[in-house]
Amino acid sequence: MRSAIVVFPGSNREHDAARAIRLAGGEAPDLVWHTETELPDVDLVMIPGGFAHGDYLRAGAIAARSPIMRAVANHAERGGFVLGVCNGFQVLTEARLLPGALMRNACLTFICRPVGIRVERSSLFSWRYDKGAELVFPTAHHEGNYRADEETLRELEGEGRVVFRYTDNPNGSANDIAGIVNAKGNVLGMMPHPEDAVEAIHVCTDGLDLFRGLVGAAT
Amino acid sequence: MKARVTITLKPGVLDPQGKAIEGALADLGFADVASARQGKVIDLELSATDEAAARAEVGQMCEALLANTVVERYDIAILA
Repeated sequence: MRSAIVVFPGSNREHDAARAIRLAGGEAPDLVWHTETELPDVDLVMIPGGFAHGDYLRAGAIAARSPIMRAVANHAERGGFVLGVCNGFQVLTEARLLPGALMRNACLTFICRPVGIRVERSSLFSWRYDKGAELVFPTAHHEGNYRADEETLRELEGEGRVVFRYTDNPNGSANDIAGIVNAKGNVLGMMPHPEDAVEAIHVCTDGLDLFRGLVGAAT
Repeated sequence: MKARVTITLKPGVLDPQGKAIEGALADLGFADVASARQGKVIDLELSATDEAAARAEVGQMCEALLANTVVERYDIAILA
């Protein structure tokens, strides 16, 4: 699998993401700076975690309007895989590649700990997990409280687009939502960090199958 | 020409920061506060001299960047 990781000023998980992709059997990803207007020919574009542009205005707001994001939208439109984790999820909602918004955590505190996640459905990103499997992924965010209007929530639930749900909601997210896909199923946004659950030094290796699944789907 | 954009959360959108402010005011003895909502203000200096044109331009800015209309609404005031 070939992949690109978009890097903004303030991104900080791009090297974790690259390492996870390599550990899962993918080629070493290209890191692409936000001012670029074109992506290399890749299967997966990943928007990593961090604090792009210092979270100024709103988390992900400035990054979502970067020159590279037009190329990311085109890649998604063509059916290419897009994975946004944490700040990357915020960027994808701000770019309207995914519906809804990530608001300040209901508890108001920055959450930095492993959380329980349940796999709600099989998808391009989750097919290697059993449906209903309970996983542990690290989280590190201040704005992870997923919000959307009632109609959007009904649509997400009705179309089975909630891929990951918290087993013990840490941030107040509507319907315990931890990760969703777009209508076509090729764009996933999630707050917890699968790339930080891939090797022995981590809390667990539950994230590895997400990346292995993408590698498998790309070949 | 100066314009002030006031951005607030739509009614019904949970505002944990507003809730914290409410709690702090209650702790200080301000028992009269039924609710507090937090927003933000952005002041813009524009070269436009026509108020209608300025208002239209700032409206486009709000839709394109300044507000996330999924959860926020905005109000534009032309100051001078």
